[in-house]
Amino acid sequence: MDNEAVMESKHTGHTHRDDVGSKMGMWLFLFTELILFGGMFILYASYRFMYSDDFRAAAMRLDTIVGTVNTILLLTSSLTAVLSLAAIQKKQKLFSMYLLGFTIVCGGAFLINKYFEWSTKIHHGFYPQGPEMANLPDGEVVFYGLYYVMTGLHALHVIVGMVFLAVMFVFVYKEKVTFDNSQKLENAGLYWHLVDIIWIFLFPLFYLIH
Amino acid sequence: MSEVSYLKYEGKYKGLAGWLLSTDHKRIGVMYLVVMSIFFLTAVVFGFLMKLEMLSPGKTIMGPQVYNSLFTLHGVIMIFLFIIPGLPAVFGNFFLPIMLGAKDVAFPKLNLLSWYFYIVGALLVLASLLFGGGPIDTGWTFYVPYSIRTNTNVSFAVFAAFILGFSSILTGLNFITTIHRMRAPGMTWFKMPLFAWGLYSTSWIQLLATPILGITLLLIILERAFGVGIFDPALGGDPLLYQHMFWIYSHPAVYIMILPAMGLVSEIIPTFSKKNIFGYGPIAMSSLAIAFVGYLVWGHHMFSSGISDTSRAIFSLLTFLVAIPSGVKVFNWVATLYKGSIDLKSPLLFVLIFIIVFSIGGLTGLILGSLNTDIHLTDTYFVVAHFHYVMFGGMGTLFFAALHYWFPKMFGKMYNEKIAMIGAWIFAIGFNILYFPMFILGYLGMPRRYYDYLPEFRNWHLVSTIGSWIMITGIIIIVVNLLKGLFKKEMITDINPWGGTTLEWTVPTPPPIENFDEIPVITRGPYERDIHNE
Amino acid sequence: MENTHSTNYGTYILIWLGLVALTTLTVAIAGLNLASLTVVVALAIATTKSLLVANYFMHVKSDSRVFKVFIIVCITIFLTMIILTFVDLIYRGPVK
Repeated sequence: MDNEAVMESKHTGHTHRDDVGSKMGMWLFLFTELILFGGMFILYASYRFMYSDDFRAAAMRLDTIVGTVNTILLLTSSLTAVLSLAAIQKKQKLFSMYLLGFTIVCGGAFLINKYFEWSTKIHHGFYPQGPEMANLPDGEVVFYGLYYVMTGLHALHVIVGMVFLAVMFVFVYKEKVTFDNSQKLENAGLYWHLVDIIWIFLFPLFYLIH
Repeated sequence: MSEVSYLKYEGKYKGLAGWLLSTDHKRIGVMYLVVMSIFFLTAVVFGFLMKLEMLSPGKTIMGPQVYNSLFTLHGVIMIFLFIIPGLPAVFGNFFLPIMLGAKDVAFPKLNLLSWYFYIVGALLVLASLLFGGGPIDTGWTFYVPYSIRTNTNVSFAVFAAFILGFSSILTGLNFITTIHRMRAPGMTWFKMPLFAWGLYSTSWIQLLATPILGITLLLIILERAFGVGIFDPALGGDPLLYQHMFWIYSHPAVYIMILPAMGLVSEIIPTFSKKNIFGYGPIAMSSLAIAFVGYLVWGHHMFSSGISDTSRAIFSLLTFLVAIPSGVKVFNWVATLYKGSIDLKSPLLFVLIFIIVFSIGGLTGLILGSLNTDIHLTDTYFVVAHFHYVMFGGMGTLFFAALHYWFPKMFGKMYNEKIAMIGAWIFAIGFNILYFPMFILGYLGMPRRYYDYLPEFRNWHLVSTIGSWIMITGIIIIVVNLLKGLFKKEMITDINPWGGTTLEWTVPTPPPIENFDEIPVITRGPYERDIHNE
Repeated sequence: MENTHSTNYGTYILIWLGLVALTTLTVAIAGLNLASLTVVVALAIATTKSLLVANYFMHVKSDSRVFKVFIIVCITIFLTMIILTFVDLIYRGPVK
């Protein structure tokens, strides 16, 4: 199965477009992202084990509703991302572009939400070296450290994902991505789903400790 | 038929740009070779200066702060710029596609990008010397809390290592995809050269361990910039978790360097003993086994750091497991040599040096892996000796072996074989005089990372320093000999000077731009000899 | 080498409904006092959701087997890291 693509390239003499190879590269890259966050999850798990009471107290200050809204936003954007791929494969170019646009808007809404969440926290003095932090026990300080680093890193990935999807939007428009050449869009989608999966874990770990 | 060699080929860009913008895996490999050699020699000079300082007790040529910076830079440059990326980046890039019967790696542009990441990382390391609070003095391990507190330029250096990690990850990703997707028709997994197996195992470690280092180093920067408190004990952080995270990457990183090196040994030995490799399957599988076991043993770097007794026992036990697949390899190599028609040329000599020094390094590793002895020996010169035997004796020696083995193929030139042999012998003798006394010093209690020592250690330090002069003489002979060969006028066109059996010995010397006129169809194992042609 | 995923819109929307339902469930359960089970339940639900996203949205289910093997390798390595870290933490004795 693996050799078919290579065989073909031998006949044409040109480098054959290897969609499976391209997808494989993307997946391998996703693993590095998973392990990158995995490192943070190891730290999170360790500190939660050490400071379980402090974590509970600190998590109480996070807004579950904002977290839930953001979860729904990302899940929905994941749906529209995969639908846009299905649409292009059914040759529905315009519909695919609408769906991609909607996905990017969801990502934007997620970030706006995040922005207000962070600024409220910072306004109240809950940030590294902030005025409230000196009064908190060690575990809560660590909790907020993890909170800012992990959600911040995740937000960074949302931004990268949005850029990815925006490029795909242009590609679909310019027909560089078409029904029989859609691997790039699928790869961008894979990245976006990964960002979603990471949030699926961040959400209960930060917002749902009671 | 006669295609233009990759060295002569002129595409869209000419001259220097033709190299810097080339996505040809061979040119990229050579570019890595040039840059890495410069860094390697720089770090050798640092090592030389450190040994000179240790010539006599007290201040010899430098004070403690300079010494601290020197051993940090020696470590950072050697490990992050040479040892870890060395074999995959130079020889993996150059030879993996040819050995698989492919025209290039799976993602040639990404490959060039990795090179640029490497260069940016390297420049950042250099920048950390010049700007800010001065050269870093933390040791290459960047342990917290000191790395958070010191005023030296930690953030720069750590960011450099982060970027270098990126380069390493992209190379790994590229190789895995290449091996999965681009093997020539007929080349099943078990007809793949063992160097490719080594690279494959290494690539997985690069991919699945490097990100942990990335995030850890990022956290140091965040800790220094914002005081997030994740590693800072003053804010509730646990410095031991930093050590865990650091070694979760850095222990497997040891295998990143050694697996391709071991793959290389499995190439050179069959070629120079004119025999099929003994135990192909076990060697291939032991690469994967080492890669996996490598993830299980990081705790042995922390035996005296304060981790729990239970975990120390478990990590110690797991550490001994590494010896099994490593032993499998050594036995198979020796069995391949057995009753072979041995042709002792310089590449094989380097390999034999490797087998001996690496065995010493490996066995002393078991001493350090046992809890009781480790308590006595940890953070002494014994550890320094052990890892120089393993890393320099392992990857370093084999880097020389690879250079001598593939030099004619890469450049279409030949070095002086006799001088190469002499250089190798002097290198090996100097190496042992330099590092073996360190085992003794460590056993006697000489701590590592000090610019000064008690008078009773004087004699062994003296021997060791003299050893460094001998070894460096060997390195100079080796390097000058290769350079002289490189700038010789006469080209060689012999396709197969050593009588190798893998695919790189079937393409013209030096290889043409797309390696193969026609992609070969593979019908036999990589080391099977065609008796009719002998 | 069929590389198109012929799932129609309907399946994707069903999966999305499932994901939303699981989100509601996990928020609702968090309100209950399950003591030490809280984190286990939360992670179990999160894992289920991830499996849905991976299998259907990321097409792992219909893709070539090699991707499944890759994912298992990646997760095994990650679990190894976390388990061995906890071997230290759990047996370290009282902190401070």
